[in-house]
Amino acid sequence: MASLPSSPIAVYRGSFTERDATRLLWRAGFGPKPGQARKLAALGLDGAVRSLTRPSGPARLSGAAPRNAGGGPIDPTGVWGDAHCWWLDRMVRSDQQLVERMTLIWHSWFATSIEDSNATLMLRQNQMMRARALGNFQDLFLEVTRDPAMLCWLNGNTNSKWSPNENYARESMELFTLGADRGYSQLDVHEQARALTGFTNDWSESSGPTNFRFDPSLHDYGVKTIFGHRGRFDYHDTCRLCVHHPLHPSFMIAKLWGYFVASPIPAGDLRVLEAVYRAGKFQTRPLVEAILRHPLFYEGPRMVIPPVVYCAGLLRALGLTLETNAWSWIAQQAGQFLFDPPNVAGWNYADWLDTARWSGRFTAVTYALQSRVLNPSRKSYPVHESPEDALASALRYWGEPAFSPETHENLLEFSRRAQHGIVAEWEQVTYRILRQNALRALIPTTPEWQSC
Amino acid sequence: MAGEPRLCCEGFSRSQALRRALASGRPRSTREWDPRMPIPAGAGVDRRRFLLGAAGGLVSVYGAERLGLTGRVLGDGIAQAATIQGPDSPVLVSVFLQGGIDALSVLAPAGNPLYMQLRPTLAVPVSAGVPFIEDPQLRWHPAATSFANLHAAGKVSVLPGIGYTSPDMSHFTSRHYWEVGATDTGLATGWLGRYLDVAGSPSNPLQGLSMDGQMNPTLATARNPVAAIDKPYDFSLWLNGVWGDVFDWTLDAASALGDAQHHAHDPAIAQVAEAASEVGIVRRALAPFRDADGNAAYTSPVTYPTASDSDFPQRLAGLAAMIAAGLPLRCVALTSDTQFDTHASQPGTFDSGLSLIADSIAAFQSDLEARGIDDRVLVHVWSEFGRRAQENGSDGTDHGAAGVSLLIGTPSIGTMVGEWPGLTTLDVNGNQIENVDYRGVYCSLLEQWFGQDAGAVIPDAGRFTRYPLIR
Repeated sequence: MASLPSSPIAVYRGSFTERDATRLLWRAGFGPKPGQARKLAALGLDGAVRSLTRPSGPARLSGAAPRNAGGGPIDPTGVWGDAHCWWLDRMVRSDQQLVERMTLIWHSWFATSIEDSNATLMLRQNQMMRARALGNFQDLFLEVTRDPAMLCWLNGNTNSKWSPNENYARESMELFTLGADRGYSQLDVHEQARALTGFTNDWSESSGPTNFRFDPSLHDYGVKTIFGHRGRFDYHDTCRLCVHHPLHPSFMIAKLWGYFVASPIPAGDLRVLEAVYRAGKFQTRPLVEAILRHPLFYEGPRMVIPPVVYCAGLLRALGLTLETNAWSWIAQQAGQFLFDPPNVAGWNYADWLDTARWSGRFTAVTYALQSRVLNPSRKSYPVHESPEDALASALRYWGEPAFSPETHENLLEFSRRAQHGIVAEWEQVTYRILRQNALRALIPTTPEWQSC
Repeated sequence: MAGEPRLCCEGFSRSQALRRALASGRPRSTREWDPRMPIPAGAGVDRRRFLLGAAGGLVSVYGAERLGLTGRVLGDGIAQAATIQGPDSPVLVSVFLQGGIDALSVLAPAGNPLYMQLRPTLAVPVSAGVPFIEDPQLRWHPAATSFANLHAAGKVSVLPGIGYTSPDMSHFTSRHYWEVGATDTGLATGWLGRYLDVAGSPSNPLQGLSMDGQMNPTLATARNPVAAIDKPYDFSLWLNGVWGDVFDWTLDAASALGDAQHHAHDPAIAQVAEAASEVGIVRRALAPFRDADGNAAYTSPVTYPTASDSDFPQRLAGLAAMIAAGLPLRCVALTSDTQFDTHASQPGTFDSGLSLIADSIAAFQSDLEARGIDDRVLVHVWSEFGRRAQENGSDGTDHGAAGVSLLIGTPSIGTMVGEWPGLTTLDVNGNQIENVDYRGVYCSLLEQWFGQDAGAVIPDAGRFTRYPLIR
């Protein structure tokens, strides 16, 4: 395998272990399939990163196609929530894991909601982002700016020279390219809104918003002043001016870094990456290749696994695919329903948990194990299985995850309590089955399993 | 969405989506969900129901020990908090109208020539709604009739020009300022969260209860626990192939796994552990509110509105039941399902959204009165900003500055605070200018409603004017 260009910033020098590979698979993908971390570790750091950042050809989906609760095929544009399941399935089955993960990052970055358009337009946007997942940021930003779902979401389709609408103009600087209060003013918002005028669409009774287009008669061809530059700017210029703004690279890189690493990017590394990004005309892949090899990626604090990654990871770890479309409402409960981010700022990656969303994750475990539950009414089960054996068996089931002594002790304590509760003779077998089901459910709810 | 009119800023809310999920087969109960299993996964519910049955209805935690609702069942912290807090302790309910509601439509200067000029298509007509008796220039929007009625009964204080100097027109920044009670982008705790850190308990997550199905930033604390639920009866867990005592022990273990690493050095471990730990406490406390089929185990003495796109009224109904049962709640936060960010097609979103909020809060007030607990509860309705005075040409309005807040309830002083800012003097962006600072209102609420020195909660509390808010 061809090697990777050397990283312009600090590189992890530790030996690239299975543990490191596991973290890489969780943060740059959707968790390891059984045995995958060991294989990836064998490639070494550069080989492992390269296998993620430079996939060749179209993605291959392995395993059974997703099914709905009735056993039939899912219907992404026809059934509520099936669009979520369609993408979740790709996260589970695609062999181009980083492409899906980057697409997820862009979905949150350029957060757009199905609430103002429909699944057809959201899936179209999703394919657009997937095609540019590791590509040029300016191209991506331009496509987002004229993307139909985004035009609906931030009112680009009602922004005309007669009545400028500031919604997209403001968010494109605040959230997409520069950051709040960084290098732009209310005047820039107003002038950007004028530059962005001209998009419109029709409405069809059968398919909703349709025929999205730039209509010159709606565009304001007057002179605008943006960031101190004067010109008869249009939406191409808006994108160009934002990306060429001196404060864009630092925003872009720090934000991208934040999706992969828990601690902030060191100032020196940020400066170097800014120069690389500018010189490379806003390419994303070199940034990702540097971040995925940085020492802080492997040595820094853990990150809570995002809910949709957690759901995909549960299925991958069990070698399963989607056997129900319940995954849509489970994701909603767990706090990350795809195509419906909480607001235009996307999901808050620093705060994934509270009592309600933890419960949603518990439900995800319930459903992941649904088809694998040991039937408590069966008669054959090791009747003398000790608490220690029961836990060892459940840990083997999940591929021997690395747990703290506290977690190990608590799981063992539960295992003992369940055995202690056996009173009647029939409970000798039944309680051991219940216990095994329970241990298998508890393992992925632990703090260690929910973070990486 | 075929056949629906084009609604640019309207959408399906989280809860509506959830409702559709329910309609599309989300299980209501374990039995319904998995008929193969002989005993419901949540079999532990039976024991809770026995306790519930002993009370012949909703259990008041004040009678917890008498009824056998021990700390083990309820959560020691909650049981203790309920004892310490006492039956008359005040509750503040924060209702956030997300997106920036248009104050110039809530209380409209109908007939004002300048208004007609600024709002050629959106102006509320003189014939609509009822007059606002404290300021004859203004009329309540027809969708706010329930607020008008409460106001006539002296139970609403209107703050028609609330905001802060140098207003920020970003949703996120302005909303954050309101949530944290300071114009400080770096502050990570909510203003009610800091109050709970100062005056709350280290073991009672119900003291700060988000009813948004996820944490509400207003309640974010630095130390003390708070909780997020949706409706009280929605909070349940189940497993396949695990039932009876083993199921109860499993849930205990899930929480114990959290208890063990609650204070872990690694922040991600601690975040997961803390949530797991709090789930255990809240699960025990809310068990009496849910029947074996997963439905509400309580009834409301009044009828709440229903809506296909929001469970806001049902969340308030659950809240009234929880307060009545004596759960130790202090600060509760809810967010409207409606996004009031009406850049386009404003009337549709605004009218249905506002009427649902107003009718729901009116029902909540009647509910509290029927239960005799209305003296304890104050509702604070707010939004991150008002909207631009000049409409934008998409039948909508862009982000503005000063907006409207309401303080609703029997304890509310019931008279206007500040004054309507008018339209003759607008700020440089064409927005209304504030005459009441929201931080002054927070300070006043802390001092007058909670008896809390605001200086310990709101940065630079001494700088802000205080307003009489409580009767």
